Amino acid sequence: MNQALQLLLAGVAQGCVYALVALGFVLIYKATETVNFAQGDLMMLGGFFALTASVIMGWPYWATILFAVAVMAGVGMLIERIVLRPVLGQPAFTVVMITIGVGYVLRGVVTMVPGWGTDTFTFPTPFADGTFRIGEVIIAVQQVAVIVMTAALVTVLYFFFRFSKLGVAMQATSQNQLAAAYMGIPVRRVNMMIWGLSAGVAAFAGILLAPVTFVHSNMGFIGLKAFPAAVVGGFGSVPGAIVGGLIIGLVEAVAGRYMPEGFKDVAAYVVVLAVLMIKPSGIFGETAKKKV
Amino acid sequence: MSFFKVENLGIHFGGVVAVDKVSFEVKRGECYTIIGPNGAGKTTIFNLIGLIYPATSGKLFFESKELTNMAPHKVADLGIARTFQNIELFEHATVLQNLLIGRHRHRKTSLWQELLFTPSVRAAELAQREAVEKVIDFLDLAKVRDSLVAGLPYGVRKVVELGRALATEPRLLLLDEPSSGLNPEETDDMAFWIEDIKRHLGVTVLMVEHDMNLVSRVSDRVLALNLGAVIAEGTPAEVQAHPAVIEAYLGKTA
Amino acid sequence: MRFLFKTGYAQDLRLFKHGGQVFWYGLLLALLLGAPFAVGEYGMSQLHFILIYSIVGLGLMLLVGFTGQISLGHAAFLAVGAYTEALLQARGVPFFVSLPMAALFSAALGWILGLPALRLKGIYLAIATFAFNIIVEEVLARWEGLTGGNSGLHLKPIELFGMDFGGDAGFYYLCLALTILSILALMNLLRSPTGRAFVAIRDSEISASCMGVNLATYKTLSFALSAAFTGIAGALYAHKVTFISPEQFTLLQSIELITIVILGGVGFIHGAVLGAAFIIVLPQIISLAKDYLPSNIAGSGLQAVVFGLVLITFIIFEPLGLYGRWLKIRTWFELFPFYRQGMFRRQKSYMKSERLR
Repeated sequence: MNQALQLLLAGVAQGCVYALVALGFVLIYKATETVNFAQGDLMMLGGFFALTASVIMGWPYWATILFAVAVMAGVGMLIERIVLRPVLGQPAFTVVMITIGVGYVLRGVVTMVPGWGTDTFTFPTPFADGTFRIGEVIIAVQQVAVIVMTAALVTVLYFFFRFSKLGVAMQATSQNQLAAAYMGIPVRRVNMMIWGLSAGVAAFAGILLAPVTFVHSNMGFIGLKAFPAAVVGGFGSVPGAIVGGLIIGLVEAVAGRYMPEGFKDVAAYVVVLAVLMIKPSGIFGETAKKKV
Repeated sequence: MSFFKVENLGIHFGGVVAVDKVSFEVKRGECYTIIGPNGAGKTTIFNLIGLIYPATSGKLFFESKELTNMAPHKVADLGIARTFQNIELFEHATVLQNLLIGRHRHRKTSLWQELLFTPSVRAAELAQREAVEKVIDFLDLAKVRDSLVAGLPYGVRKVVELGRALATEPRLLLLDEPSSGLNPEETDDMAFWIEDIKRHLGVTVLMVEHDMNLVSRVSDRVLALNLGAVIAEGTPAEVQAHPAVIEAYLGKTA
Repeated sequence: MRFLFKTGYAQDLRLFKHGGQVFWYGLLLALLLGAPFAVGEYGMSQLHFILIYSIVGLGLMLLVGFTGQISLGHAAFLAVGAYTEALLQARGVPFFVSLPMAALFSAALGWILGLPALRLKGIYLAIATFAFNIIVEEVLARWEGLTGGNSGLHLKPIELFGMDFGGDAGFYYLCLALTILSILALMNLLRSPTGRAFVAIRDSEISASCMGVNLATYKTLSFALSAAFTGIAGALYAHKVTFISPEQFTLLQSIELITIVILGGVGFIHGAVLGAAFIIVLPQIISLAKDYLPSNIAGSGLQAVVFGLVLITFIIFEPLGLYGRWLKIRTWFELFPFYRQGMFRRQKSYMKSERLR
């Protein structure tokens, strides 16, 4: 029973990170129907900025979060403006390849920054090593913090999309750019802000992940697992990204515990192939056919 | 034995009944037109016949062979070809290549032969080319033969779409709004071609159309639909004078 | 300007459109045949890789450029070809049997990947293919009994009909022959019904199937053929590097493979070869440049940055790739001084959600 609970918690905590990365690119996908393969690397960069704020500039944890999120939002907007806007309207595959290129550049540039380079860094958090007990179960404060913070962010985003003007505008551009433009929505600026938002969310995920994987230039590869998360939950669905992330996290935790070695790493991918064969639209996704 | 029969065809999308138990029969060699105001379900019926949407009720028969759940490519093999309302051409290929794809059901070469391009493949290719050139002659497409479809004007693309369907050597041709987007001259050409297709190529034509002039000119019989159900059937003159049809298009006098 | 005066349908079927093409390609062939006598060992090695990756490029071009599918997992087929060759050679199977077997196994795996691909498009297909790659890589690493796991496998030089193809020149001619055969096979496909069916699927699946193209058959065929080409390249690759292990066939490798077709020019056969040449030569240029750059830039990250920047620049400024750029230059000379700006410009389109149309 204890083990089950601990497994559950570990799975959910890891799943939260996947969920956040998945959330980041579902936001971009919803808005521009493009997939950002560099989401993991944005997360990595966010981790590095937070690290700099924390270790080099000595700021408290909460300040580093705000700093990293703000800086990454700026980076996200910059990437959209410079790299993605020129290819507005081109087929999805082209844009995917451009984001892959962006990922390469981010990874490479990080190794060139003095003080960052190719080393691995630990990231100090106020929760590190803390534990508390509920009955017989020992729970790491770190894991609970990840879950709570993710939940808080998701709630904030929900209200944003539902009730704010920008959120509604984002939904419009995601369905029909030309029509949205005719309605007076500044499509290009909205796209830019979505990228900013997405990158900010990625930074948040990076900070939550940093204590587990440490901060290093290849940290973003974990972001690949967010693809299965988004697919399982339903690509294009925000609650889907969260649910999908949690499911993948749990599947991995279970696979790591009960299956032979090596299965944990591929579990997510086996799951995604299965989902793609049976119900590609995932749990919350929409299926639609082209009208001829 | 009827040539083409539709029996109680129906489809609903959730609660919306798009096509409501429609039945009709097309005789060999005639030109049968479906008319109706917007939203009547005409293109939906076409998509049902072309097996792009699965019907929720009803059956389709082509010369007593049941089509109801066949795959679209098998329907093409039987000799039924169609054009699309919103033009579904192969944009990054030339007109010639588009028409040659129409010959797909007549291919006789295997993959290995093609990889090696044996003399039999060469002969087959030349034969296909000759067949396609007949269509190009018929539709006056010689000038644009080697042009990429993507750059062609709308009227020409509609003709290429017709040509591609003709290249399959169909027995039944489904035309989805052949004159939409065409100017009067082009519509005239289209009328001539449809008559020629019917009389000289011996192809049965089933079409959906809005332009009543074109309809009166080329159709043998007309089916009028409104809100997914049949409201009249007969010769063009009969249908145009039918009170239910007039009401559907123009409304009732108070 | 050159005018092509056509007098028969057979002319359109020819591989070479006019005498000029025969001359230039003939010259290229002569140069390639003479290369081992003029180029040193280092150059030979680069040529080996260029030819091997050209074959992969051709396979990918068939799948991506001509059938409109996506694959971010082609390293898996490279791996299957390489491992099949290694395992068969270790058991004494002669090369002229093991090579087709490598192609066959890759094709079978490609066909299997094609099955889920029937219902998937766009990003879903991309994700399925890279999930596939990761799973295959892991299977190769875990199935130690067969593949030696992470310790990898070694290969001996190729011996075919008693002749040794292990040396630089011998291996080169073998690769060259296979590359030329692959190009011819692909060109033959494209001027026959199967190739046209592929292009139809790329441009409009619905009307392709209404024209009688069995989507299931042709999509899986495309994957199988593409994998077969890649499998052949894999077998050659295995002999080139003489030692293979699962970590040579990762997702990153797959991404490199797909950039061959993007940088070369999607939809052009020449693009496969040009793209392959580019990605082999690029790291060499970067290495040379490292001597002139400050130390923290000239580290391991430089290649990633340059690679990413090249990819981004090409996609934004030269979407038709290297071959596209060559076409523009050549047309400029051919039409001189009547070249019009924007002859190759593509229509700008606005995204309408594919999901709800």
